[in-house]
Amino acid sequence: MHRHTLARSGAAVVAGAVLLAGCSGSSDDGATEGADAPACAPSEGPVELTYTGWVPGMEDAVALWNEANPDIQVTYNTGPSGNAGTYQDFFNQLEAGQAPDLGQIEFDTLPNFRVQDGLVNIADCEGVLEAGDQFVDWTWQQVTFGEEGSVFAIPQDTGPMAMFYRADLFEEAGIDVPTTWDEYADAAAAIRDEGAYITHFPRTDVNWFAGLVWQAEGRWFENDGEQWTVDLTGPQSTEVADYWQGLIDEGLVKDTAGFSDEWNNELNTGELWTWVSAVWGSNSISSGAPDTAGDWAVAPMPQWEPGADAAGNWGGSSVAVLKGTDHPYEAAQFALWLNTSEESLTALNEGGGLYPATTAGLELPALKEGLEFYGDQPIFDVFAEAAAATDPSFTWGPTMAQTYNDVADGFGAALSGSGTLLEALQAGQDATIRTLESQSIPVAE
Amino acid sequence: MSILTRTDGYGPTTARDGGKVRERPMSRLVAFVIMGAFTLYFLVPIWWLAVASTKSRGQFSSTAGLWFADFHLWDNLTYLFTYDGGVYLRWLGNAVLYAGVGAVLGTLLASMCGYALAKYAFRGRDLLFNIILGGVLVPVTALALPLFLIFSAVDMTNTYWSVFLPSLVSPFGVYLARIYAAASVPDELLEAARLDGSGEVRTFFTVSVRLMAPALVTIFLFQFVTIWNNFFLPLVMLSDDKLYPVTLGLYAWNSQTNAVPELRTAVIVGAFVAIVPLILAFLGLQRFWRGGLAAGGVKA
Repeated sequence: MHRHTLARSGAAVVAGAVLLAGCSGSSDDGATEGADAPACAPSEGPVELTYTGWVPGMEDAVALWNEANPDIQVTYNTGPSGNAGTYQDFFNQLEAGQAPDLGQIEFDTLPNFRVQDGLVNIADCEGVLEAGDQFVDWTWQQVTFGEEGSVFAIPQDTGPMAMFYRADLFEEAGIDVPTTWDEYADAAAAIRDEGAYITHFPRTDVNWFAGLVWQAEGRWFENDGEQWTVDLTGPQSTEVADYWQGLIDEGLVKDTAGFSDEWNNELNTGELWTWVSAVWGSNSISSGAPDTAGDWAVAPMPQWEPGADAAGNWGGSSVAVLKGTDHPYEAAQFALWLNTSEESLTALNEGGGLYPATTAGLELPALKEGLEFYGDQPIFDVFAEAAAATDPSFTWGPTMAQTYNDVADGFGAALSGSGTLLEALQAGQDATIRTLESQSIPVAE
Repeated sequence: MSILTRTDGYGPTTARDGGKVRERPMSRLVAFVIMGAFTLYFLVPIWWLAVASTKSRGQFSSTAGLWFADFHLWDNLTYLFTYDGGVYLRWLGNAVLYAGVGAVLGTLLASMCGYALAKYAFRGRDLLFNIILGGVLVPVTALALPLFLIFSAVDMTNTYWSVFLPSLVSPFGVYLARIYAAASVPDELLEAARLDGSGEVRTFFTVSVRLMAPALVTIFLFQFVTIWNNFFLPLVMLSDDKLYPVTLGLYAWNSQTNAVPELRTAVIVGAFVAIVPLILAFLGLQRFWRGGLAAGGVKA
């Protein structure tokens, strides 16, 4: 029943999708989609699959599979990262019936593909449901949408969050490394007295902010199967927004854009002392601030409740079987192997720095070693704990790219002193509700 | 110069206040300052790119953007050309193929079409020409998605042809060829060729093409640059990165720099290397190009 409603709204969404307006021929009947997942049977004879993503080094893992499975050959294509073009390509290709068999989709975009009816439910494919308990809790929630008997993608990697900090500078200045957000604010003031900043507030990385709300157990979206609830300004979101608004008002955080040259330079010169970020951020720092090698360390995210261990997540992808494939069974087998087998996860970690979404994957030898850049600290242990402590029930909305854009506009205004972060969230919420309504996606008032 | 001298002689207004002597160097100076400012404005980004591509990753963000730090150009080039099995070289080759072959054939088609419109009277000629003129107004980006759906229908997306074939079309080239053919190929000459027993095709290739050469070079350059810079069509059409032109390849790399920061170096050096063919094409054909533009412009 639930899926039936979603599929119907999905068809309506396709008709309204920005670029495809007027080209929609896919008013697919919700009936085939509705009651049960289609049976998933192996194809006869040799099978060729196509797979599109943007993980560097993916070719190596695919080559391993192709060698071991002469009858199921996978061709991998690298595209631009999702929101930079590959998602739009997927939507175009779905429309034309030309989509690849498998596609990389970030967790925050899965609902978008779901409501636009682009995903195949692979729950009935051999081994898929059983694989659920191999994955970190929250990732499995994301790909099943919390529904019985449905699996719409296989989790690939995650971005558990922790705090990178300049261990040397904290020690020199005699400032304690913060463990709670209150202490973090105190440290921010102390660091400002040293002439530096504790961190930057990135105006465009709204998904970073979402990670902080996630840690505080806020919920931006909920879907009861009938309609969506949009709540960017709930109590937890408000608390997080007010907290950072306070730091901004007192001039304790820099307004540099994340990942910019300026930001790299500020990291490199010691102007920024911490960055609460995801596991993949370790690479951003070591690459952008090479002069600070050995000076950084990683601690768990500061907590709202002293002694708690809540963590957020920023980023992470899944591999979905896309509508129109002739070989869902083989595609699902490949996706499972790719994201659970040790040889594949090792190759992906080496080649693309992927942080696995399986619990066993977090024990890879490469993720147990100390990193020279981080003073030989085995930093991944911190992230493994964060992954386990990430709230599983956070849900993304069906139009996140739009939501991010609208909130980012407001964040920019807040940083330049006109408006607040909370107003930005409110504006983002209003815009999101308008967008959902314009796409005939049911929204709860 | 000639314009400036002429206004001098004309005006009692300029002669007043003895402005005659002072104004000439003044307006020259103003002209030079404006030109200089714009030259600088256009060249600074290229200068920045040239400088940035010689820097190591660390110094890229920590040193001043417009001046050199330690010289790492060769390391960077090695990195660029070896990353991911040397795929960059392939992208460069693809771009040259799309833009080079596409521009040559596109120029041929456009010139034949423009020539026919200029030199043969037939029913519906003006209507046809106006429709083609209308095509000039349609941005190529707007056509990418319809083209994608058409190519999907015949199963030709994600092929070399899906980018190559649409690149052959140049309404602006047809327009330019028609104007130029009308102006520079005398009817009497064609008449003489016919009397001497030359067929229409032969006349076109032996006589008319030579007369139209400056226009052809112009069309070629325009078309070359248009295809080289056409980014959206390949983005929509291609999913196999082995078929990417260099613009799309660099874009794909750039979109991954959050996850793989090392790629920034490759993007910057790659962008620098990618403008070299364009510069070469312009410098090599510049002389013809100027002639072509002026002729088209005056007669239009």
